[in-house]
Amino acid sequence: MEKPGTPSSEQSDKAKKYDRQLRLWGDHGQASLECANICLINASATGTETLKSLVLPGVGAITIVDDAKVTPKDIGNNFFVDGESIGRPRGEVALHLLLELNPDVRGTFVDQAVDEILDNQPDFFSPFTCVIATCLPESTLLSLSKVLWDANIPLLVVRSYGMIGYIRVQIEEHTVIESHPDNEMPDLRLDRPFPALQKYMDSLDLETMDSKEHSHVPYVVILYKTLQQWNQRYGAPPKNYREKKDFIQLVKEGMREKESGEAEENFEEAMKAVNTSLMPTRIPSGVESILNEAASNTLTPSTRPFWIMAKALHEFVTSEGRGALPVRGTIPDMTADSEKYIKIQNLYREQAAQDADWVLRRVLELSQQLGPRKVMITESDVKAFCKNAHALRVLKGKSIAEEYKGSINLGDIGAHLENPESELVWYVMLRAVDQFHSEFRAYPGYFQDQVETDIVRLKVCVNRLLADWGCGPIIKDDFIHEMCRYGAAEVHSIAAYIGGCAAHEAIKIITAQYVPIHNTHIYNAITATSATFTL
Amino acid sequence: MTAVDWGERWSEVRKLLERPGPFTHPDFEPSPDTLKMLQENIKVLVIGAGGLGCELLKDLALMGFTDLHVIDMDTIDLSNLNRQFLFRKKDIGRPKADVAAEFINQRIQGCRVTPYYNKIQDFDDDFYRGFHLVVCGLDSIVARRWINGMLLSLLCYEDGMLDQSSVIPIIDGGTEGFKGNARVILPGLTSCIECTLDLFPPQVNFPLCTIAHTPRLPEHCIEYVRILLWPKENPFGEDVAIDGDDPQHINWIYEKAQKRGAEYGISGVTYRLTQGVVKRIIPAVASTNAVIAAACASEVFKLATSACTPMNNYCVFNDIDGIYTYTYEHEKKEECMACSQVPQNLEVRLTDKLKDIITMLTESFKFQMKSPGLQAMVDGRTKSLYLHSPASIEEKLRPNLKKTIEELGLADGMEIAVADVTSPTTILFKLKIIE
Repeated sequence: MEKPGTPSSEQSDKAKKYDRQLRLWGDHGQASLECANICLINASATGTETLKSLVLPGVGAITIVDDAKVTPKDIGNNFFVDGESIGRPRGEVALHLLLELNPDVRGTFVDQAVDEILDNQPDFFSPFTCVIATCLPESTLLSLSKVLWDANIPLLVVRSYGMIGYIRVQIEEHTVIESHPDNEMPDLRLDRPFPALQKYMDSLDLETMDSKEHSHVPYVVILYKTLQQWNQRYGAPPKNYREKKDFIQLVKEGMREKESGEAEENFEEAMKAVNTSLMPTRIPSGVESILNEAASNTLTPSTRPFWIMAKALHEFVTSEGRGALPVRGTIPDMTADSEKYIKIQNLYREQAAQDADWVLRRVLELSQQLGPRKVMITESDVKAFCKNAHALRVLKGKSIAEEYKGSINLGDIGAHLENPESELVWYVMLRAVDQFHSEFRAYPGYFQDQVETDIVRLKVCVNRLLADWGCGPIIKDDFIHEMCRYGAAEVHSIAAYIGGCAAHEAIKIITAQYVPIHNTHIYNAITATSATFTL
Repeated sequence: MTAVDWGERWSEVRKLLERPGPFTHPDFEPSPDTLKMLQENIKVLVIGAGGLGCELLKDLALMGFTDLHVIDMDTIDLSNLNRQFLFRKKDIGRPKADVAAEFINQRIQGCRVTPYYNKIQDFDDDFYRGFHLVVCGLDSIVARRWINGMLLSLLCYEDGMLDQSSVIPIIDGGTEGFKGNARVILPGLTSCIECTLDLFPPQVNFPLCTIAHTPRLPEHCIEYVRILLWPKENPFGEDVAIDGDDPQHINWIYEKAQKRGAEYGISGVTYRLTQGVVKRIIPAVASTNAVIAAACASEVFKLATSACTPMNNYCVFNDIDGIYTYTYEHEKKEECMACSQVPQNLEVRLTDKLKDIITMLTESFKFQMKSPGLQAMVDGRTKSLYLHSPASIEEKLRPNLKKTIEELGLADGMEIAVADVTSPTTILFKLKIIE
């Protein structure tokens, strides 16, 4: 017996502290997070709740811009102020209490109005990875959105208004390699086996196997063999439900009864896998359009690595790939003996490595044409790109200024509002209260004694907005009453919900993993429902 | 003691409580008294002071609740700090409930959180009857089922009619990575935890023969070391069980698993994976916990104040690709073992052995029990069939496991009382002989 030694790979304290999240976005995701520099405009409850879920996982640095002083109202809804802090600068108090959560995070406080910054310090925002803004009047929001859009800095607008929450992501272009799709189809290439796979499969003969071997053949072999039989008979792989049912029957016919009388598990797995494993190998339409865009791009020294790799991938698909993406190189688990399963797994892996190598060569060629580049693309970048090729995502955003100009899809608004359950009505209401605020310098229902008059005034705002979009007065009075009831109240549980969601959207943007909303999310706590709209 | 009032302090929730609105519960009456009631009369129990529990305490305290109680049997670990925001490095090793309560009480003036460093099973029905609402932020299904059973056992029926005042709502949240769910349970009225047992399929273990003879995945190699090699080699002495928090233990497993992987050509055994498999770690982030706890807190607020109709009744959340939620009414199961008031049939053959029945109770999706003990009612007397403890009784009853229903003298229609950790009360089954 060996004596236990000192741990050779004992984790650092940091790895232990972040263990539960490192299992989701990996060490490389964590590294991106730790390099990020986040700016929050206004340390309201929604603002501090957003920062909280960024400070805890260890974002690099935060800056709070806020010229407000702590009021009793803040004490009532904001966890990051305390009783002693009334009258002190809110951003300073919040920053102190937020940083106390995690000593790894650095922070700064700027006691200035954002309007002033926008007027006098045009480059103020350039160091930031992402800006989060809340509680801004429409005019300030529009100026900020324009500055950040032009500077290509992602902006997250977050808001809690009574029982309604709102998140808007403004980002010109966002590319995702690791989108982590939830239910992936396996990439087995049974309809177009690569030579090494074909050679190995053809070397196996199910008929002559003894019973132990037969019941331990991985199902990918069973499907391959059955497909050959099928193709001989019908000429093409099964396509529809009925053909697949027949195919399953054919698999079943190949099954032997075990001595114990039980069915062979590997054959049962094969039957279950028919639906997902026999899908024709093809390029998902979303990836296809990314490749087409990449193909038509002219590379310049400022082209981002994603698009260089996408162009190389397109070249691969049209040449060595013969119309298909690189082999992914991972296969599902299958009941099997170790030897065959691992052999087959290695065949897929080797092919994946070979395909990635072709893409890498093309990346290097393209890079050379561009001369010396600042951002190097490494072999492991290309490998990750190829492994995730089927799940690449690109979001093309729109600026808030553009959205507010009315260039949103107007037909959709009318159609959505006809649906009594559409959350879009709350978007319209939020836009309307902002117009109300521009006009009357207060939100509707803000003062207890003006709720009734404000209902009438808000209705005018709503209908004017609808008329601008070419819609009739189709919003029910109920929604107007409810908005006036809220009086712009920022209720903590709504702020906490939106803060949690928004923090994760920021993490998606920072790490380029998972897929951000595109582009407006409405949360309705009345019914505990939500919806996302592309506006 | 009332909450310290700095004039406008509660102005935001007061707008919801003092103004009428079209989406309020029909019972709602706008009044300044509601906030007072929330602060002075409503007693809320939060179960769990972990990822959800920390958030829940903060959320509820800032929604105006002042009489909060929290139960948690755990102490603080370094790996909690990425999300359990009431804890700091200096608190490691201390009870979660105590530290969480201290922090909230210190930060939010007027709020009184009472901590219990206990298991939920340490308290009886009188304790639970004292709360108006129970919020669960648990990671254990057994604990959820137990508290569900406890609150169901508090229901009073008169002539078959449920006395509504005996209903204590449960607001239950759960998270895993970027997914979560929040639900509202009105015991006796809406679907309960047991009604939806099929949403929590029993954990799948790798077959032993795969682990022993045909490993294919790095996980198989780790399980081989954990299950087969550890008890054989006892690397840290006889009877030293694996401690997932001891880096030396994990490291030993990791190195042996790596060796086994190399033998079979299996790559991918890492220290992190080893720890994940041994401790059955579920990934967790701050954001999902914040979202689900907030959704639960909103429901607590709605139920306590009627300022809005409560969620009906189950909501799932996922923010992997965009932000997705789906809210629907999960229906009450007509023959629910816990809440239906319908006698449960236990279908058996005369030739079935007692151990087959125990296997059925543990393995079927419908029951998913852990270690059921069985007693039969024969001629008005209780006859123990099998009990796990005390050891002397277990030993005496063990031979029964191999006896058939017939040999045990059981017959159609007889009542069997089953006790299990998943429920605070015994469940009565009626034997139904089939074939």
